[in-house]
Amino acid sequence: MNAIDINSGDELRDLYRELILDHARNPRHFGKLDDATHTAEGINPLCGDKLRLFVRLDEAQIITAASFEGSGCAISVASASLLTDLIIGLSADKALECFAVVSERLTSPEPQAARDIDVNLEKLRALDGVREFPARVKCATLAWHALNSAMHGQSVPASTE
Amino acid sequence: MTRPQAQNVASIVDCRADFPALHQDVNGCPLVYLDNAASSQQPSSVIKAVAHYHSHDHANVHRGVHTLSQRATDAYEGARDKLQSFINAASRSEIVLTSGTTESINLVAQSFCRPTLAASDKIVITHMEHHSNIVPWQLVCEQTGAELVVAPMNRDGELDIETLEKLLSDDVRLLAIAHVSNALGTVNPVKDITAKAQALNIPVLLDGAQGIPHMQIDVQELGCDFYAFSGHKMFGPTGVGVLYGREALLDTMPPYQGGGDMILEVSFDGTIYNELPYKFEAGTPNISGVIGLGAAVDYLLSVGMANIAQHEEQLLKYMTDKLKQVEGMRLFGTARNKASVQSFLVDDIHPHDLGTILDHQGVAIRTGHHCAMPVMDFFGVPGTARASLALYNNCEDVDRLIEALQKARALFA
Repeated sequence: MNAIDINSGDELRDLYRELILDHARNPRHFGKLDDATHTAEGINPLCGDKLRLFVRLDEAQIITAASFEGSGCAISVASASLLTDLIIGLSADKALECFAVVSERLTSPEPQAARDIDVNLEKLRALDGVREFPARVKCATLAWHALNSAMHGQSVPASTE
Repeated sequence: MTRPQAQNVASIVDCRADFPALHQDVNGCPLVYLDNAASSQQPSSVIKAVAHYHSHDHANVHRGVHTLSQRATDAYEGARDKLQSFINAASRSEIVLTSGTTESINLVAQSFCRPTLAASDKIVITHMEHHSNIVPWQLVCEQTGAELVVAPMNRDGELDIETLEKLLSDDVRLLAIAHVSNALGTVNPVKDITAKAQALNIPVLLDGAQGIPHMQIDVQELGCDFYAFSGHKMFGPTGVGVLYGREALLDTMPPYQGGGDMILEVSFDGTIYNELPYKFEAGTPNISGVIGLGAAVDYLLSVGMANIAQHEEQLLKYMTDKLKQVEGMRLFGTARNKASVQSFLVDDIHPHDLGTILDHQGVAIRTGHHCAMPVMDFFGVPGTARASLALYNNCEDVDRLIEALQKARALFA
């Protein structure tokens, strides 16, 4: 037997769950949003991942459309895809709350199990496997940092560094 | 599982026992270290030399009359002598100790080029350079108005020599070129190119960071004016490197940085600079790093550069052949003359995902742009995976790489 078979692949499977692979292969809301009201770029200088997030807010501060374009690894593309899926229909404030929850969940040593937010974040649990791969957390949070920058109208690209 | 091929290939050098870092498990698997082009592991002799210095001989160099300062100076200057002999420089004055290849190149840009560069002048580099052989020239061009000209390469990652020669016009003040490409592994025909440039009175700098660990370097035979390299890619410590420069050129250059050690006499009316090479070594140097680098030179000589080159050539062929057999494999860098490095992509798996999956199986490779973004742009990819070999790698390492890649393919299937 070689060493590879002895080593469990569970953590890898946990990182690359079916939902992640599905969103990485077929990203939702991929492309430019021509009538976006908010946009920001996210750059991971370490690995060169680069994406641009587009958001359209209506007068009531509700996100009526969102999309992204760019290139990156399976984790960063899937995370961006899941993000756009999630935030369409939310208010701007609620989307930023989601950013806070996701950041905490992926980066805090002891994330609060039940932070009180009335948005269904169940799908984002697909990203939980990232916690076991510290080098990849930045891939998973890249789009979320771009969302945060876009909603705050920052012109400087969001960076994971 | 039998590997008949593996037993006959690349058994010229067997020195794994000398490298303690290789003997560990990573993520539950024995480590396979294939990221040598980024940084190589250190043999026990280097680790011991550095520890001995710290334990017994540490003091500042070139300063004290006391015993420890003398010991530190002897060890530090002894390493310079070893480096001079290792690359066959004509004089020890030509060995400037720096923090690494990057500083060596910046030194040439700022001290050799900047004082005389005019807006009508040009510096020529190539498309396959590492960022550290691009950005220092961009900086000096911004400072002087000079133009940076880039010589092209072909799809195999070979220089277009014909076009390069046409670019060597009489307004070119320097040609700076990688001896071996870090992203593609191409060994450039630097001896021929240097001869052609110098026939036109164009000085040549060779970025030797990826050349020095893999082959015998003789700067006089190469004929180059400058040769820059780093300690940590040749089994020495980080934060130390060398600028070889021809004495006649170093003599004409002003100091790069001011400070202690680079002066003979200082007064507020003016300062008399120290002789070569100390003129370029301001401040207390990386003494332990230089001593470690000297020990690395001893180690390389004990194994033999010709043996290393032969071992790696066979192993690179073994690895390239094995990689080609992996379905969905795309190789980047397919030049006829190569050393130690193979960049690749598998299916449409992003290199970072490959890197994580391989690391999970104990296989360390580099992923990303390899500090050579123009090379990635040339091939239209955001990055690649890169396996790079050193003298301690063997066929077993390559087999483990291939198995790990198969697992990545299965995971993404």
